[in-house]
Amino acid sequence: MTLVLEGVSRKVGTTAHIDDVHLTLERGSLNVLLGATLAGKTSLMRLMAGLDVPTSGRVLVDGQDVTGWPVQRRSVAMVYQQFINYPSLDVYENIASPLRVAGLPKAEIDQRVREAARLLKLEPYLDRKPLNLSGGQQQRTAIARALVKRADLVLLDEPLANLDYKLREELREELPRIFAASGAVFVYATTEPTEALLLGGNTATLFEGRVTQFGPTPQVYRHPHDLTTARVFSDPPLNTLKVRKAGGTAFLSTGGEIRTTGPLAAVPDGEYTIGFRAHHLALEPAGADEIAIPAIVSVSEITGSESYVHLDASEHRLIALVPGVRRLEPRSSVTACIDPRHLFLFDAAGRLAAADPAQKAA
Amino acid sequence: MARITLDHLAHAYRPDPRTADDYALKEINHVWSQGGAYALLGPSGCGKTTLLNIISGLVRPTRGRVLFNDLDVTDLPTEARNIAQVFQFPVVYDTMSVRENLAFPLKNRHVPRDRTAQRVEEIAHLLDLTRVLDRKASNLTADMKQKISLGRGLVRPDVAAILFDEPLTVIDPHLKWQLRSTLKEIHRALDITMIYVTHDQTEALTFADKVVVMHDGAVVQTGTPDELFERPAHTFVGHFIGSPGMNILPCKVEGATAFIGNQTIPLQRIYRTLSDGERIELGIRPEFVRLQPRGSGLPVQVRRIDDIGRARIARVEMSGRSLAASVPEGVSIDGDEAALAFDPRQIHIYANGHLVSGEPFGGGRA
Repeated sequence: MTLVLEGVSRKVGTTAHIDDVHLTLERGSLNVLLGATLAGKTSLMRLMAGLDVPTSGRVLVDGQDVTGWPVQRRSVAMVYQQFINYPSLDVYENIASPLRVAGLPKAEIDQRVREAARLLKLEPYLDRKPLNLSGGQQQRTAIARALVKRADLVLLDEPLANLDYKLREELREELPRIFAASGAVFVYATTEPTEALLLGGNTATLFEGRVTQFGPTPQVYRHPHDLTTARVFSDPPLNTLKVRKAGGTAFLSTGGEIRTTGPLAAVPDGEYTIGFRAHHLALEPAGADEIAIPAIVSVSEITGSESYVHLDASEHRLIALVPGVRRLEPRSSVTACIDPRHLFLFDAAGRLAAADPAQKAA
Repeated sequence: MARITLDHLAHAYRPDPRTADDYALKEINHVWSQGGAYALLGPSGCGKTTLLNIISGLVRPTRGRVLFNDLDVTDLPTEARNIAQVFQFPVVYDTMSVRENLAFPLKNRHVPRDRTAQRVEEIAHLLDLTRVLDRKASNLTADMKQKISLGRGLVRPDVAAILFDEPLTVIDPHLKWQLRSTLKEIHRALDITMIYVTHDQTEALTFADKVVVMHDGAVVQTGTPDELFERPAHTFVGHFIGSPGMNILPCKVEGATAFIGNQTIPLQRIYRTLSDGERIELGIRPEFVRLQPRGSGLPVQVRRIDDIGRARIARVEMSGRSLAASVPEGVSIDGDEAALAFDPRQIHIYANGHLVSGEPFGGGRA
């Protein structure tokens, strides 16, 4: 099926929880909703499911207007952050439960349950009760129950958030394969940019109830149309500085003049925000064209293979992700460097004014 | 302020423990130095919360002692131990203002009013809560409430230690960056022993000077972040730290050569002491395995290449084993045939899960 949201809004009182969302989600696609807490991810999913009715706009399934249809009339399955299973039923019966409700023949139920259990690696645990399972296995059970219905639309609301880091990694690696085998429309909400990148598919970035951009995940990441999207899709947070271009020179808000190379060459005079990601900020210059930013070390965080160096550059806080172990003394002075090819340039309204078309790994 | 000593500590939740498996916490001896920033890292069920609860006095250990400096506190209740705790979910009095919440631990201990006021301002400033000091806590977001919880943990200047139990779980990724660096700055400013429990390697490695990695009720390695990354003492540490974790490949080792399936890998050290009965594995981190076009190096099948934005990670298969490798910038692979190059300095050999040192060439003089 194809799910279309046409100018969908939902207001509660005077507050817009969802604001004029247009989205087309194709059959067999994985769609990530990426945004901070309260950005509208859950609200949007509830509208897609029919748990809430939009205040304006239409929801179409394969061209048919289903706005206002209750969830029972739709073909929807949901997985939540909390592991929701029937504690008194074993894993087999938990997975089978929606099929029992639908009154499917026994043989059909058995076949579908075993197929879902195999896909989610639950075969050894089918006779266990959920409380005797690890968190990862409990969530696998909930996902299996969502898949076994063969619903047209499967909504997963931060399904891995309550799992341990390593379990998350493991399940996240399997999910795209599980989704691909199904053919439903998948919608997956997360607060984590890295999770969106690892899942692939399409990403819709959400901010204050609005979808700021929608497209193939790597494309939204590399080519954000505006500052908000670039911010939502950066972890560590996007570094930003102000710049004023006048004639052939540009003045940084951190002080100092820079040459108008890279995207700065392509825009008219005026005030801009430049944005760049942490792994593009270096602590040693690599080329003559680079922009140098004097800064003071605040904290360095060492992960073992890399270091996150937090820097203060006048009133801006910047983060540099540099390779290797860098134990920099707090309050020491450094010169941070950025290759202009890696800059995004945003105008006063936050729209992308220019980025280097040759930019490779933003 | 205190040095905390764990002396032959072990704990079983069942009354009559016999075998090692009966212990949720196997014997541990450890000294947390005054003023250190420590992390206890491990998956759910590894015993890290049990250990934290023993330090805080919520659980009395089956065996061994807990010392704060030279004082045996094993039998003292939590309130007599002079520690502060911050939990996973905010603990905040909704009816009080932010200021009253922060002042509460001091008021409880009859700290003079002017001293309390000054300390509250100080902590509010460190956590960027000054603007909301006079607002009711009930109307604030979960993020803000957790900041208040952190503030309440930090507000007493005289505590022996502050214990954090997964304190950033409810925090959005963007704010996590800010709070982590704030905690580090505060640690530097306050000179208090901090112990931070988490399953999240990034939080542990970035917060702590020393990380204690736990697995199955036991400490498997204690070290600095770079030690844990570069020389995992156990395959579990190799797997658990790093994303993706270390590649662990069953192999045979003869002298200075490893055999994986029908591939041979030269080693930089000689391993004479490995016996036949041991499970021998080769460990190498994905960061030190480069994907390259086929022709030179170890031939592999490429299953998938993940683009994580700032890097690409290849999932490959070699002699029936799955590996992760890094894809250098500019390298592109046609089809699914490719090869791997291992950085020989970064290969480790494990026997029954434990790191084996090997000997340098030339009888140990090199």
